[in-house]
Amino acid sequence: MAKTIMTVDDSSSVRQMVSITLKSAGYTVVEGVDGQDALTKLKASPVDMVITDLNMPNMDGITLIRNLRALPAFKFTPIVMLTTESQASRKQEGKSAGATGWIVKPFKPDQLLTVIKKVLR
Amino acid sequence: MSVEIDTSAFTEEAYELLSELEDSLLELEENPTDMDLIGRVFRAMHTIKGSGAMFGFDEVAEFTHDVETVFDKAREGAIPVTKELIDLTLAARDQIRSILDEAGGGDPSDKDNAQRIILGLRALLPGSETSSDSPANEEPVLEDAEEELEGGLHTFRIRFKPDANIFMTGTNPLLLVEEIMELGSTKIIGISDSIPPLAEMDPEQCHTNWEVFLTTDQGEEAIKDVFIFVEDECDLNIRRIDREEDVDDQADVKRLGDLLVERGDIDKDTLESITNPLGDRLVQAGLVSKGQVDAALTEQKVVKEKQATNKVREQAASVRVPSDKLDQLVDLVGELVTVQARLNQTAHSEANHDLQLIAEEVERLTSELRDNTMSIRMLAIGTTFNKFKRLVRDLSKELGKQIELTTSGADTELDKTVIDQLNDPLVHIIRNSIDHGVEGPEERKALGKEAAGTVHLSAEHSGASVLIRITDDGAGLDANRLRTKAIEKGQLPADLEITDKEAYQLIFGAGFSTAAKITNVSGRGVGMDVVRKSIDALRGSVDVDSELGKGTSITLKLPLTLAIIEGLLVQIHDEYFVLPLAAVEECVELTRTDVANTHGRQVINVRGHIVPYIRLRERFDIGGHPPDVEQIVISEVEGQQMGFVVDHVIGQHQTVIKSLGKGFKHPDEFSGATILGDGTVALIIDLSKMVRLAERQELTGTNG
Repeated sequence: MAKTIMTVDDSSSVRQMVSITLKSAGYTVVEGVDGQDALTKLKASPVDMVITDLNMPNMDGITLIRNLRALPAFKFTPIVMLTTESQASRKQEGKSAGATGWIVKPFKPDQLLTVIKKVLR
Repeated sequence: MSVEIDTSAFTEEAYELLSELEDSLLELEENPTDMDLIGRVFRAMHTIKGSGAMFGFDEVAEFTHDVETVFDKAREGAIPVTKELIDLTLAARDQIRSILDEAGGGDPSDKDNAQRIILGLRALLPGSETSSDSPANEEPVLEDAEEELEGGLHTFRIRFKPDANIFMTGTNPLLLVEEIMELGSTKIIGISDSIPPLAEMDPEQCHTNWEVFLTTDQGEEAIKDVFIFVEDECDLNIRRIDREEDVDDQADVKRLGDLLVERGDIDKDTLESITNPLGDRLVQAGLVSKGQVDAALTEQKVVKEKQATNKVREQAASVRVPSDKLDQLVDLVGELVTVQARLNQTAHSEANHDLQLIAEEVERLTSELRDNTMSIRMLAIGTTFNKFKRLVRDLSKELGKQIELTTSGADTELDKTVIDQLNDPLVHIIRNSIDHGVEGPEERKALGKEAAGTVHLSAEHSGASVLIRITDDGAGLDANRLRTKAIEKGQLPADLEITDKEAYQLIFGAGFSTAAKITNVSGRGVGMDVVRKSIDALRGSVDVDSELGKGTSITLKLPLTLAIIEGLLVQIHDEYFVLPLAAVEECVELTRTDVANTHGRQVINVRGHIVPYIRLRERFDIGGHPPDVEQIVISEVEGQQMGFVVDHVIGQHQTVIKSLGKGFKHPDEFSGATILGDGTVALIIDLSKMVRLAERQELTGTNG
């Protein structure tokens, strides 16, 4: 069965790009517009992996990761955060919160898939 | 792979964000300390930058990066939100808009203006801190670290020991190990020493570590990249081990040791007993670490284990099983085939679709199981062939003949039971060939033949049968002498014309020997009739071909297996019979007109050939009335065509053979019985016996 990945980003264009890339690789994709939206949706129906932006209104990515890791269903789920090169310090913050890895924005579709392959099978 | 991305998604969103940004900035001017507003401005910039770069709007991304950096400082409280900052940011917002307009086909944006805005923004920053956060410095230093590789393959030893808590970040270390495997050829040792006893084990912790020996054309950085997410959460040690400086003393000693073993100076066990303490000594001397020795020993162990596993696998490739167990299995499969036939019949009469699907599936599995089980019992005939070499050698010596046995098709497989029962008939035929067939060396020379004669044994598959042929280059059979002898013995009416081929069949008559004198080898009262009986018992047939002075060829046609045959199910009134499909050639119709045209003689013209037929209804005294159009199953038995008249041909039927007791009325004509799907018993007709019986009765003037 196709793995389901949630992409969390307040930018609809980023969501769209991530979504198209993942779907073209055969994944099922659900979208969250910010951390709060994602958390609500994920509580209702867990996924195989989460890709989340860090800067978002209502709930930022780090808080989302922390909240997800506290849920039994997401204890071991790969969660990859989208960072920019100017947020190097936040990588560590994300890792401490329980992020599996990170993708540095901007990224190309192929790079995204390479990272997914690293953490999800 | 590459993914086509539509950039309009980005531009639309960017314009939207820019108008939001404008609103936020104007609001911020009223409330310069509102962190929410600052955050909103920052995120808008951040998104435009991030997606701009992804969608290929590099100029937008680059420009926005600087604006974002300044606003990040404001967000952190490092710089205050001043009117100047707001002015510059609004100007930046307009600048971004004009860059987007330009990309969309509008007027070129003012590059100088962009530069002024950036400089103005940077001036707001304390000191020169900006530069430390610029992308250039964040760029991974892959190129610098990449070693100059001399091309070709290198071997690395990778020690990967993840933190016990690594699962808590959703990391699966196995995926990383697998990723390493993709880099080249690997030998992976999972080190499980630190796994605690089950009772004490926390399954949410990682207790395993790995040592990977990787031979790859990639550099060390490619390996490091695999572990990029976990570099802080594991002990990682990557070392190239194929370079001169990496070859430690231990390896040299091993080479020397191997050499000594090769030269036979010491044996392997001695070498090993020395090597282990050597490792300890090296550790003590601080030349290598305990880990290095352990790893080397582990590797050695793994290789040994692998070899051992391979050996076990080789041994497992063939298993000796008592043959009666196989017989039981075949019996059970036979029962299963019968039950399956019943299931099929029930399923179709019930018109239950689900049941039919199940029946079909069971049918498929049953036939697979049957084929597999049968194939287990298949043996190559070669070993049997080899046994005859000795026989031929001894016999020819005894008879003062020079005979060579040649074989072909030794790898032809047939049922073990068939092979076992084939031994005696073959011995008999070969004895006959040597005794009566092949001439002595002097006689052969006189006939212009080579002094040494040849007996050739061959085996080959022919449909569901195996043909075993014994050919000699001896004197051949004299059809006339056979006829005379048969008439003398009263086995053949003196006025009956028979073909040469029919005459050859006479050698299978009981007590019929063509030997001019009784020798020690043949003529001990055991004739070819025994051969025929044995082959009949195997539901096979014997065919003889000969040319006077040139030699004789006896062909045994045997079924591949004895337990199950493919049969043709036929019906006469309310009785069912099975004809072995291997002998069936075709089915033709027999109309009343056909019968009338032949004036009661039981023959039919099949495409120009006159084929005699036997009416099974009369033969078996079955009541009822034949249909207007009857069916004739044309079969080939012992080289001649014969028809069997039945009411209906029902079709192909997989038949499990059950043997018949002696109490049956016509036991000779049947080789067994089978049980049909509805429980009805159908007799299996032994076609060759049937034909022979009919012939005998014809010859002796009795009517069936």
